[in-house]
Amino acid sequence: MTVLRLAALAGGLVLILTTGATAVAAPGALASPGTLAPPGAAACSGCHAPSPRTSSVMPAIHGRPAAEIAAAMREYRAGTRPATVMDRIAKGFSEAETEALAAWLEAHR
Amino acid sequence: MSVRLTRRGLLTVGAGTAVALAAPALAQGAPGRVVVVGGGFGGATAARFLAAEGVTVTLVEPNTTYAACPMSNAVLVGLKPWEGQLFGYDGVRRAGVTVVHQAATAIDPGVRRVTLADGVALPYDRLVLSPGIDLRFEALPGYSAEAAQAMPHAWKAGEQTLLLARQLEAMEDGGTVVISVPPNPYRCPPGPYERASLVAHYLKTRKPRSKLLVLDAKDAFSKQRLFQAAWAALYPGLLEYVPLAGGGQVTAVEPATRTFVTDFGRHQADVANVIPPQRAAAIARTAGVADRTGWCPVDPATFESRLVPGIHVIGDAAIGGAVPKSAFAANAAGKACAAALAALLAGREPAAPKLINTCYSLVAPDHGISVAGVYRPNAQGLFADIEGAGGTSPLDAPPETRALEAAYAHAWFDIATAEVFG
Repeated sequence: MTVLRLAALAGGLVLILTTGATAVAAPGALASPGTLAPPGAAACSGCHAPSPRTSSVMPAIHGRPAAEIAAAMREYRAGTRPATVMDRIAKGFSEAETEALAAWLEAHR
Repeated sequence: MSVRLTRRGLLTVGAGTAVALAAPALAQGAPGRVVVVGGGFGGATAARFLAAEGVTVTLVEPNTTYAACPMSNAVLVGLKPWEGQLFGYDGVRRAGVTVVHQAATAIDPGVRRVTLADGVALPYDRLVLSPGIDLRFEALPGYSAEAAQAMPHAWKAGEQTLLLARQLEAMEDGGTVVISVPPNPYRCPPGPYERASLVAHYLKTRKPRSKLLVLDAKDAFSKQRLFQAAWAALYPGLLEYVPLAGGGQVTAVEPATRTFVTDFGRHQADVANVIPPQRAAAIARTAGVADRTGWCPVDPATFESRLVPGIHVIGDAAIGGAVPKSAFAANAAGKACAAALAALLAGREPAAPKLINTCYSLVAPDHGISVAGVYRPNAQGLFADIEGAGGTSPLDAPPETRALEAAYAHAWFDIATAEVFG
């Protein structure tokens, strides 16, 4: 739990910094992997490109609002959102893990 | 050592860069030198993510061009160009990794040093091995590197992929293709069945009087129900699958006549694809990190070898527990291993990792299926499935879902390779 809270906190901190960077429009900035990435978070970029430079049928999730990501994951977990594979993956994450993951994803683009 | 380094311009530059990088790394609280051996989906990922953590990292990879295995089954049957499988290391260099195109020939875990084929020695604080697999030619009587010219394996993307593609292209309509599949474990569990599917699609559309025989050394396999349902629907009478229980285990091959021998009979092929048994690549055995099974036991929390301290093994060479030997999993492990090493080098406790795997298979160009899993270390010290998560695509999914998953298969490849090599 401590680790998770730490991770969420770190995500929040980075968010502030990233927002600053976005205002100056730093193009091509890769998602920094971050030692404090919550468990499993780094695996998302296996399918979801962290940088908008890659156009893809896979939706971009890095930089999206954490509440939106967490809500989508909740619906995938409940089976109420149409899915191909995300329903199967979302079930591997608890609500606390999902929220930490969502905060980190919002902060990392 | 210093004489050798100054004699070689490239290495002098490499050493200089390493020194220059070390200072900011110390400032960021992640000191240490990491050497990564193997520049595939696992190793190149680990190297990039370590560099991003401020760690001084050298990637040792003999080839200047990487040939990716995922999607190479589509190349075999002309659905994708071969060039799309090839990746260089400029992007890895731009990410701050020193890339050395040499083979690692020796590892001394006592003094923590890797020796390269040109005699240069690289000291390390932590070593990551992501060497992939070796084919165990000797495990199948009659098979050898030479025999693989007549009966290609095409299980390491490269000239073998192109050779098997040419043989399929040259085969006359009405011919017989035979694919033999080894027992577990081996690289890419659903790969042989994706290959069978796409070869069947090629025959159906280009050489419809031909037959495909799949001889399997086991009775159960990844995404089995989905594959078999698709075969029955798409390739009836064309693709014949023979499991272990039906006499599918190949006990020997005869390359002169492209014949597969089983306990129950002999099968002569016009095009013969032998997928042989496998084990961790030679450098893993040299380093002493492979056990009697031929694979490498690791602590899932850090990927550190159970046999040799200071050496971390990721990718197909490692014993992953429930985590399959896939490019997706190697990429995920590369990131998790980099995070664990950054923590260890900074004197912090690594967080317990969680891995995700998603593997797509094409059973036809517009028909994709997937298997996914989420994993964490269990009490036995192996990665285990998180119960209730993961699994395969639904058996009753509509054609639109299959088409979407086929598109996702290609999209995954583009995104993953961009992350690793881009």
